[in-house]
Amino acid sequence: MMRSLLSADYPRSRVVAALLVLIVVALALVPFAFPGARSLSVAAKVLVFILLVASYDLLLGYTGIVSFAHTMFFGIGAYGVAIASTRMGPGWDAVALGLAGALLVSALLALAIGLFSLRVKAIFFAMITLAVAAAFQTLASQLSDFTGGEDGLSFKVPEVLQPSFELLEDGLFGVSIDGRLLSYYLLFFVVLALFLALLRIVNSPFGRVLQAIRENDFRAEALGYRTVVFRTLSSVLAALFATVAGALLAIWLRYNGPDTSLSFEIMIDTLLIVVIGGMGTMYGAVIGSAFFVLAQSYLQDLMRWISEGFAALPLAAALFSPDRWLLWLGVLFVLSVYYFPSGVVGRLRARALARGLR
Amino acid sequence: MSPARTEGGTAPGAPGAPGVAPLLTLTGVHTHIGAYHILHGVDLEVEQGRTTLMLGRNGAGKTTTLRTIMGLWPASAGQVRFDGRDVTRCATPELAQRGVAYVPENMGIFSDLTVRENMVLAARGARDADAIDAERLRWIFELFPAMHKFWNHPAGLLSGGQKQMLAVSRAIVEPRKLILVDEPSKGLAPSIIRNMLTAFRQLKAAGATILLVEQNFAFARQLGDAVAVMDDGRIVHRGAMAELAEDEALQARLLGLSLGAHQ
Amino acid sequence: MNTTAATGAARPPAPETRTGVPRVPLAERLPLLLVPVLALATLPLVGSLPTWATLTVAGLAMGMIIFIIASGLTLVFGLMDVLNFGHGVFIALGAFVAVSVLAPLGGLTEADSMALNLVAVGAAMLVAMAVAAAVGLVFERLIVRPVYGQHLKQILITMGGMIIGEELIKVIWGPQQIPLPLPQALRGSYFVGDAAIEKYRLIAVVVGLAVFLAMLWVFNRTKIGLLIRAGVQDREMVESLGYRIRRLFVGVFVAGSALAGLGGVMWGLYQQNVVPQMGAQVNILIFIVIIIGGLGSTAGCFIGALLVGLMANYTGFLAPKVALFSNILLMVAILMWRPQGLFPVARR
Repeated sequence: MMRSLLSADYPRSRVVAALLVLIVVALALVPFAFPGARSLSVAAKVLVFILLVASYDLLLGYTGIVSFAHTMFFGIGAYGVAIASTRMGPGWDAVALGLAGALLVSALLALAIGLFSLRVKAIFFAMITLAVAAAFQTLASQLSDFTGGEDGLSFKVPEVLQPSFELLEDGLFGVSIDGRLLSYYLLFFVVLALFLALLRIVNSPFGRVLQAIRENDFRAEALGYRTVVFRTLSSVLAALFATVAGALLAIWLRYNGPDTSLSFEIMIDTLLIVVIGGMGTMYGAVIGSAFFVLAQSYLQDLMRWISEGFAALPLAAALFSPDRWLLWLGVLFVLSVYYFPSGVVGRLRARALARGLR
Repeated sequence: MSPARTEGGTAPGAPGAPGVAPLLTLTGVHTHIGAYHILHGVDLEVEQGRTTLMLGRNGAGKTTTLRTIMGLWPASAGQVRFDGRDVTRCATPELAQRGVAYVPENMGIFSDLTVRENMVLAARGARDADAIDAERLRWIFELFPAMHKFWNHPAGLLSGGQKQMLAVSRAIVEPRKLILVDEPSKGLAPSIIRNMLTAFRQLKAAGATILLVEQNFAFARQLGDAVAVMDDGRIVHRGAMAELAEDEALQARLLGLSLGAHQ
Repeated sequence: MNTTAATGAARPPAPETRTGVPRVPLAERLPLLLVPVLALATLPLVGSLPTWATLTVAGLAMGMIIFIIASGLTLVFGLMDVLNFGHGVFIALGAFVAVSVLAPLGGLTEADSMALNLVAVGAAMLVAMAVAAAVGLVFERLIVRPVYGQHLKQILITMGGMIIGEELIKVIWGPQQIPLPLPQALRGSYFVGDAAIEKYRLIAVVVGLAVFLAMLWVFNRTKIGLLIRAGVQDREMVESLGYRIRRLFVGVFVAGSALAGLGGVMWGLYQQNVVPQMGAQVNILIFIVIIIGGLGSTAGCFIGALLVGLMANYTGFLAPKVALFSNILLMVAILMWRPQGLFPVARR
């Protein structure tokens, strides 16, 4: 059963497997094991990032397309739900309609971008996606009638998911089963299902052709695979998964704005995670996202402590200031590209392989 | 009609004199391009002052050999010795500065630059056109009048044959110890080939050392002193040109057809 | 000019007095007309000549500054096939260094003498360029050189370099916006008829033109320029002719970084404030410019920059909401006409 669930894409390393199990179990039990609003927020963020980063891995790691416009689809998903809920009033119909609309828009946009990427060189394409993403973010803050502009949109979610909703009067194991909890488990199961779907996709014949194209598209074309079709399809799929991730984020936050889902920082974070976690591994997205979000949330406390210790040396204090979190991540990122091009997961797998062969 | 000084600058013994070490020696050279193993142990010697010819089918590895000598593709095994030194790991610019000129198959012409600018670049010692040796330039203009005619025109406007002439002109604008030439007569009209032939003959007369890759046997046999035949990344025959030119059976065996009729 | 083989009195024909720019057929020269065409086409839309004049000068000034910044980037790409996604970091660095240099020079900047002001600004520019060049040297060594030839890694690593750079700027100067006011005598405008031409923008145009002409001179009159032009076309052949093009590359990279630093100073003064994210913001504009111009082409970069500058100012006046889009639309329009940019560089 494990074989079919994981589409025969095993962790191939005991450490990786252990980490994965740890993460999945922890995420499943967060409301009970680590009660409190903050831990739940962190866990939800991990879930959303797992899906977003995994979708980006499909694009970058498996198909070899470098695009900086991926957060656009994330934003479309979030705005879809937000706009629909604002205009139609809260409810599952709004969510469904918003999501459906967002998926359609994403698919069309991804189709256009995917086809365009084939006409120009990779470097051109990367630069253009950068410009397009910036333009899209500006667009979102300009169309304030539609999107709520800079302030974004706050909206209500379906009744079942609202914090005030209570399923069981006395709760379970001392934790109240309220809308928040239900929202969380909605995220959990959707992300789990979609992640397994992604595993299925990349391990299918389709996925293998993608990898062949990534390695050598001339040869793939010569072998009779229409690379155009595969790459475009992959772009669209990646966009769709990202859109769902955006919708989930919006449902969780009950708010969306240009900075929440379209900021360049999210794109950078995604890029960092996928590279550090391991491009083309899918599991890298899980481990990377968990590590990243946890570090971002809790390591900053550590940095603040260090920074205060350096109060006498302003430069050192500034270096370790918790706001400079991105600096250290950037350094880690650059080091990863040099020394761990296959990311954490790739490294661990290689070590396991070497050990196994000895 | 030819340059006053001899080519190469080093004091030569008589060409091919016994006891004088070959100018260029390849020993057991292997080259890989990615996963492809192209050269399988090439052994080659080029004597000073002589023209050595490399013949062989398409894909035999002739261009790869030249590029490996030039350092454009690194040898994965074996040794290349030039002028008494091991240059296997030498970088391309260093090798060029030691006196090796390379005329590649695609000519390597800078099309946006004028003929004059192409020549100034090739004459490393010259800061501008006036610094190029006048004697030398006169000789080149005699050989290839088109160079004079198009001196200030972008090289991209030249015809294929004229570009080939420019490529050769660049290699001879200053004395070089060794000239590597890859298929200079490819795609050229017969009248232009005659010009090319004259140029090379004059070079030879001045004592130049040339390693020439050619498929046009009629052209080659008039220039070559020694010949090395290449097949599948190996040298399968080496000897004197005269010997190969007379032996039709040998030609048929090595090159697949009797080339005597190729006049 | 007539020589015959027999007489042997041949001399190479004296080069005509040209700039060495090759003669190009008319069709290829069309892009040169784009700038005047755009400017003139907008005149009826703007309506008033004085306003148009102000906008045009503003656009040209912005374009010149962008050109100064982008020229280094496109040259580095053309020469060594390296795309530095982190080029923006030198812009920000230059601007912040200028802030630090001008701070203690209050005596010069507050004086109402243009000469003294220019001394101060000139000093800021020189220091900014020196610092940017030094950082550029380190950047090339540490970040760019190890991934030479691998485009994907280049994109990732140079982006990482920019993030690190931006954060380090925040460490040194703080994360907030810092004002960079123009010196006293450089504020205000000249009046040509009814049109108000800002003094500083005029200076920017002059500086930009000076840089452009200096570049043209280097490219066409010096051997280094010759090497660069040849190297952009066929790197291997230049090496085969005996030139260590690697060293040339480092030089060009450092020069490009210095130019970006200069551009940063000018951009900071143009906006009258600096913010650590300015590198990333301007990055997008310069990418659009070099895509429009054709990767590797300096002339294309020049025209692209002017077009982008003009477009930004015209749309800023006519339809402010569309401003950023206008440049992307311009880029798409040009790519439809010339998929490789205005002046694609002939390779090999």
